[in-house]
Amino acid sequence: MGIPINVKVNGKEYSQEVEPRQLLVDFLRETLRLTGTHVGCDTSGCGACTILVDGNAVKSCTLLAVQVDGAEVTTIEGLSKNGDHPLQEGFKEEHGLQCGYCTPGMIMAAADLLTNNPNPSEQEIRHALEGNICRCTGYHNIVKSIQYAADKMQGKEVSHG
Amino acid sequence: MGSIIGSSVKRVEDKRFITGKGNYTDDIQLQGMTYAYIIRSPFAHAKILSINTEEAKNAEGVVAVFTGKDIADSGVGGVPCGWQVNFRNGDTMKEPLHPLLVVNKARHQGDGVVMVIAETKEIAKDAAELVEIEYEELPAVTDAKQAMEAGQPLVHDDCPNNLSFDWELGDKAATDAAFANAHHVTTLEFTNQRVIPNAMEPRSAIGHFEPATDKYTLYTTSQNPHLTRLLLSAFVLGLPEHKVRVVAPDVGGGFGSKIFHYAEEALVIWASKALGVPIKWTAERSESFVTDAHGRDHVSKSEMAFDADGKMIGLRSSTAANMGAYLSTFAPAVPTYLHGTLLQGLYTTPAIYIEVYGVFTNTTAVDAYRGAGRPEATYLLERLIDKAALEMNMDPAELRIKNLIPPFDGVNQPGYETKVALTYDSGNYEPTIRRAMEMVGYEDFRKEQKEARENGKYLGIGFSAYIEACGIAPSAVVGALGARAGLFESAQVRIQPTGKVSVYVGSHSHGQGHETTFAQIVADKLGVGVEDVEIVHGDSEAVAFGMGTYGSRSLAVGGSAIVKSVEKVLEKGAKIAAHKLEASEDDLEFANGQWTVKGTDKSIGFGDVALTAYVPHDYPQGLEPGLDFSSFYDPANFTYPYGCHICVVEIDPDTGKVEVKRFIACDDVGNVINPMIVDGQIHGGLAQGIGQALLEGAIYDESGQLLNASYMDYAMPRADDFPMFETDRTVTPCPHNPLGVKGAGEAGCIGSTPAVVNAVMDALSPFGIKDLEMPLTPERVWRAMHSNGSN
Ligand code: FES
Ligand code: FES
Repeated sequence: MGIPINVKVNGKEYSQEVEPRQLLVDFLRETLRLTGTHVGCDTSGCGACTILVDGNAVKSCTLLAVQVDGAEVTTIEGLSKNGDHPLQEGFKEEHGLQCGYCTPGMIMAAADLLTNNPNPSEQEIRHALEGNICRCTGYHNIVKSIQYAADKMQGKEVSHG
Repeated sequence: MGSIIGSSVKRVEDKRFITGKGNYTDDIQLQGMTYAYIIRSPFAHAKILSINTEEAKNAEGVVAVFTGKDIADSGVGGVPCGWQVNFRNGDTMKEPLHPLLVVNKARHQGDGVVMVIAETKEIAKDAAELVEIEYEELPAVTDAKQAMEAGQPLVHDDCPNNLSFDWELGDKAATDAAFANAHHVTTLEFTNQRVIPNAMEPRSAIGHFEPATDKYTLYTTSQNPHLTRLLLSAFVLGLPEHKVRVVAPDVGGGFGSKIFHYAEEALVIWASKALGVPIKWTAERSESFVTDAHGRDHVSKSEMAFDADGKMIGLRSSTAANMGAYLSTFAPAVPTYLHGTLLQGLYTTPAIYIEVYGVFTNTTAVDAYRGAGRPEATYLLERLIDKAALEMNMDPAELRIKNLIPPFDGVNQPGYETKVALTYDSGNYEPTIRRAMEMVGYEDFRKEQKEARENGKYLGIGFSAYIEACGIAPSAVVGALGARAGLFESAQVRIQPTGKVSVYVGSHSHGQGHETTFAQIVADKLGVGVEDVEIVHGDSEAVAFGMGTYGSRSLAVGGSAIVKSVEKVLEKGAKIAAHKLEASEDDLEFANGQWTVKGTDKSIGFGDVALTAYVPHDYPQGLEPGLDFSSFYDPANFTYPYGCHICVVEIDPDTGKVEVKRFIACDDVGNVINPMIVDGQIHGGLAQGIGQALLEGAIYDESGQLLNASYMDYAMPRADDFPMFETDRTVTPCPHNPLGVKGAGEAGCIGSTPAVVNAVMDALSPFGIKDLEMPLTPERVWRAMHSNGSN
C-alpha cells in the first residue's frame, strides 16, 4: 500500500512509492542506499540523521518519507561533488572527526548554521550544535572546523595548521 | 629517522567519513538479508513462566522465532568471561552461565528472551508483538553494597550474598600499622557512579553462513574482531575457526563497550546457520542503554593517612564493585587489576591495602569503559588528597608535589616498584604538574578567586594528577593475573613489487586514526610517502591475528609490532641492496628511502629493491624472493602515561549550575607520532570525564528499571557544556618499546573527573561543603549550598 512521492535528493529526481509509516531516514538509507546519513537514537536526540530539506537542517528520523513529497533533500553525499565543501575541508583540516559517526549530521547542522549566520561566534556555534551529540571529539575540534569553514566561505585566510 | 613521525599529518581516513562513504555494519546490505529483533525482558528480575510463539511464527514475512530453549537444546552454552579473579581464600570466582537468550529467568531489564527473524525489520518488530510471554516479577537488587547483605534477592541462586569474588591486594598489617601511627586521617565514602558508554553508533551484527562453502561471516561493531572469532570458535558455538571470518568494518566509537563479545553476535551466526540466510540485528538506542556493558559503579570507603609533615604514610580502601547480572568479558579485571594496582598513583605512600567485592545485581553488566579501573583509582586518590589538603589547611598542589615519586627514566635509573604489584616504566612527574600550574596561572587565580568571593561569585580550582597502566599486555603478566588470553599484537608489512606498502594490523581503529598514525611510522622508517602506505585492519581474513584496541594499547603494542616487521624488511632489503650494489652489507647505510654505499654516491632506492625482491633475476644466492614480514610483539611491561589536569569552575549561586570556565591538561604520553591526533584523543577523553563529573549517571529505581534510558533522560555532554580545552605535553619516553610511546586514548578520561569535582568543592568551600556525589547537577549543588554545610 505505497504512497507515491516525488522528491529531489542530491539533485536527482525520484518518483517512488513509499510505505506510509516509513521514516525519511530509512527511505534514504534503505531505499536510496544513501548510508551517509546515520541513526544514533530513537528519541530524536542525537542529530546523527541531520540532513537538509529545502535548505533547512532537519532530523530525518523525525520525518516520514511521505512528508518530503515535493521537497528538495540534501544529504552528506550531495553536499559537494568532490567532498570539497568548506565544511568538509574544515573537518579534515581541523581534525573535527574521529569515528565519523556523528560527522555527517554535524556537517549538515553546521551548513544550516552558516547559511543563517555566516560569521558565528564560538558560543553561537556551540549553541547551534546542541541537538548533535559527538562522543569522540569533545567538540573542541568540531568548533574549530566550523570556524575554519566560516572563514573560508567568507574568503578569509585560513590557517593550514 | 625523519620528520613524518611527530608531525600532524591530516587523517587519511577522513575522506570517506566527510563524504558519507564510511562503511559501518548497519550500512551493509547482503543479498537475501533478513532482520532480527530481540524481545527483551521488561523486568529486572522475573521468572519466565511460559512463551507462546505460534502466532508470530505464522505471521506473513516471519522467517523464524527462537527462544532460549531452542538455543539451549542445540547444545549452545553462554557468553564466556575472559578474566578470572579468585576469592581471597583461593576459590575460583563464581561465573554463572550467561545464556544467549534466557530460558527460565531474566536477570536484568533488557535480558534477551526471544529472537524474531523476518524479511524486514518492521515485520520482525510487529511480529514480536504477537509473542506472548508470561513473567512472574521477582524482587530485584541494584545496589552493589546492598546486594551483599543477608536477605537480599539472589541474582543467581548459587552465588551466596551475590558475590562473584572478593579480592585483596597490598600489605594489610603494614597499612593498619601506618594508620595507627597517623597524625591525620582523611576518609571518603563515595560512589563512582554508573555511566553508560553511548558510542554514537549503536551495536550491530550480521551473521552469514554460506552452506556451499561451510563458511561463517560475522560483520560486527567490535573493537577486537579476532577475539570475537576466537570466543565464537573455542567457546560459544564451537565453530571451526578457519571457517570463520569476523569483520569489524568502520565502527562508530567504542570507549570499551565494543570490546566485549555480546550474545547478539553469536545469535545471528547461530540462526544464520540454522536458516541458511544472512541475518542483521541492529540495536535501537533504547536497547543499547540496557544491553551495552556499562562502566564504573563502585561504592567505596577510602582512607589516607598522613604524618605530621603532610607525608602520605598509608592508604586503604574497600570497594563494592557492581558486576551487573552477568560477568562481561573483562569485568572482573576492572575493579581489581586495573584499579587496585593503580593506587600508588604518583606518590610514595609506603603502605597500601585494598579489598574489592565483585557483586551481582539485577542490572546491565558493567565492564571496561574508557579508562577502566584507572579513572576509579585516580578519583579515589585525587579526591582524598584534596579533601586532606582542606582538612590539614594545606595547598592541594603543594601537598601533591611533596609526596611525588622522584624522577626515574627506566634506563639509567630502574623502574619504580609500587606497593601494589606494578613497576612504573619511567616518570618525571613534577615538571608536568608545574607546567599545568603555570598554564592556569595558579597564583593569580587564587587572588582572582578571593576577589570574586567578595563579590558573591564562586570560583573554584581543582587538581588531578594521574598515572595509568596502558599498552595492555605483557601476556605472561596478565596471564598470571587471570587473563584467559594473550595480549600481544601482530603486524604484517607487505612490500608490493612497485614499492607500495600494505600493512595488516591486529588492533582496530574506531576513531583513533590508525590508518594515519601507523602509516606515518612505516613511511618514516622506509622513506616512502604516507600515501604509499595502506593500513588494513578489522578483518580476520586479511589480518593474521590481533587482540584489538583498548587499554590505550594500539600504538604501544601494535605500533611496536609494525616496527619489528619494518626492521625485518630493512634487514632483508639491505641484503638485496648489497648484492645489487656489489658492496658489503656493512658498508651500506639506509636513509631517505635509499641504501647508499657509505662515502660514495652509489645507491639504490627502496622501490628498486622491492622490485628486485619480486623479480629476482639478479639476486643474492640462497635468499628467498619477496619482501613480506609478520611480527608478533609482546612487550616487557605496561606503559605508564601520566599527567596533571586542572579545572576552573564558576558556580551560579542562584541555580547551582557549574560552568567549566577553563580546563587545562598537561599530559605525558611518551613520544608522540601525530600531535593532532593525540590532542583529539585527549579532548574526547576530557569530555567524557567531565561528563561523568557533572552530567552523566545511570539511575535505577527499586524494581531495577533504568529510568534514564534515552537521550531525553540521560545527560550526554553537548557542545555548550565545555570551553575550548587547553592542552600541553611533557615527553618522557617509554624505555621498553621501540617507539618510546605510552598511549593516549584514555588519559583525558582518567585525569579529568576528579579535577572537576575538586574544583567544585573548592568553589563551595565557603559553604563548609567537603564532599558531594557525582554527577554534580545544579540541583545537587544548589541543595548543598542551601543546607548550611550539612550535606
Ligand atoms: S537518529 Fe538521533 S536524532 Fe535522528
Ligand atoms: S566523531 Fe565519533 S561521535 Fe563524533
